[in-house]
Amino acid sequence: MIRFENVGLRYDMGPEVLRDLSFEIQKKSFQFLTGPSGAGKSSLLRMLFLALKPTRGLITVLGRDVATLSRADLPSIRRRIGVVFQDFRLLDHMTTYENVALPLRVRGRSEDSYRQDVVDLIQWVGLGERLHAYPVVLSGGEKQRAAIARALIDRPDVLLADEPTGNVDPPLARRLLRLFMELNRSGTAVVIATHDLGLMEQVEARRMVLSDGRLAVYD
Amino acid sequence: MAMSEMSPSAGRSLRDRLEKWIGRRGERPTPIVPPANVAGQALVTVIAIMTFLASLTLGGVMLVSDAASSWQSQIAREITIQIMPADGLDMAATLARARAAILAQPGVTGASVMDDAATGRLLEPWLGEGLDLDELPVPRLVIVSIDEGAPPDFAALRTRLQAEVPQARLDDHRAFVDRLVAMAQAVVLAGLAILGLVLAATVLTVVFATRGAMSGNRQIIEVLHFVGAQAGFIAAQFQRHFLKLGLVGALSGGAAALVVFAVVGTWTRANEATPEADQIRALFGSFAIGWSGYAAIVALVATVGALTALTSRMTVVRQLAAIDMISPVES
Repeated sequence: MIRFENVGLRYDMGPEVLRDLSFEIQKKSFQFLTGPSGAGKSSLLRMLFLALKPTRGLITVLGRDVATLSRADLPSIRRRIGVVFQDFRLLDHMTTYENVALPLRVRGRSEDSYRQDVVDLIQWVGLGERLHAYPVVLSGGEKQRAAIARALIDRPDVLLADEPTGNVDPPLARRLLRLFMELNRSGTAVVIATHDLGLMEQVEARRMVLSDGRLAVYD
Repeated sequence: MAMSEMSPSAGRSLRDRLEKWIGRRGERPTPIVPPANVAGQALVTVIAIMTFLASLTLGGVMLVSDAASSWQSQIAREITIQIMPADGLDMAATLARARAAILAQPGVTGASVMDDAATGRLLEPWLGEGLDLDELPVPRLVIVSIDEGAPPDFAALRTRLQAEVPQARLDDHRAFVDRLVAMAQAVVLAGLAILGLVLAATVLTVVFATRGAMSGNRQIIEVLHFVGAQAGFIAAQFQRHFLKLGLVGALSGGAAALVVFAVVGTWTRANEATPEADQIRALFGSFAIGWSGYAAIVALVATVGALTALTSRMTVVRQLAAIDMISPVES
């Protein structure tokens, strides 16, 4: 589904922050991406969701070579990739419902066609009571779940989550993890970037460990 | 179909549709880029000032070009014969001969000798009152009206007149008209250049305002990017605000200009007998830009509104092209 071959990345004329990355994210797979702070997790995630081009190597996303993509092709591919950011990136002037519905609104769908789906998903992530609340009154965990719901609303082929449990207490972290696993069982490939060892120990899953710009994969 | 023929169910469904539509309007979705995030006040003021100046320029250009064509047609309706004084010349007889000679030519509809009193009045500013024309060798004039539809051949007219009255000189005012037209054209060109500069300044202001709005809403743009929004969709979110700002600014500027023209027009009409108004009237005819002028200002307002929206759209699309795939989520 997503394939990296000998990918390297450097910012401007600096040293390579990522070197010789070769791996593949399979359909319906579940993996953790981990490593110490500053190892390049965020840069790798950004390449995964087409926010950054590699300085060398080949990236194939959903069958398309990233180097040959034009800007006009990017939205249609990004629509098949759900992203959850560590800092949520919810729009402050919109309610939970509107934030979660945003990807569908951007696709030009009429509200009548998705209203119920959005409400159902918000209830599924446990925010049914907070449907019309603004992000400013939501707790960290609630914002996290709203961000996850937004990433999932259009049933992406792959979900990328950056430290999705970084702002929540352990019980909620476990709940979110169960949510990701449930999602994975329904067919979505999941990549969770985290350095929470406790979280990774709860699931037998592939681990991709970044260290000094290189990647080791433990199946 | 007449209302009375409508079945009750048709009436109900129409009302349902109407209510649904009104209901929809009531719960319009939250704008993706909130209006408060686009600093509007300063931009509206700048656009209003620019539109005001552009409208004044446009109105002025139309006034000058109307006045020029009216001068031209007034002058082209008349030519003058000048009889130069000479020793032993019987001025009255020569004037009568010149008048008769010119009246006989085709394309001439009338001719009148400017009498002593009128000539005296004409020279009064230079020579004072109580002038005795017999004491002073002053050139005398015959005013000739010509048929505008079929004007005579002036060169032939001149030759024939001089054959009969050697002291006569025919002045068809051509040199004067040419100078007036050249001046009016220069004023019109200068006006159009000013109009172009004002519109260019407006476009640049909108470019800066749009860039400012974009950097102020960077987070929203990034979110839209990663949820898969097309550049056109993102641009439309900004364009909507800028169209509104552009229209509000342009309408207020255009309205102010219309008020100025209406007030000055009314003032000149109300003070028709005073010297100030006469001066303005002499230059511009009636100081009114007319329906075509009002229509031009309305068109200018619409143009500024559309230009604002279009400029902001193009700016957004170009800026997006510059940031996408480089780092839309730069922290």
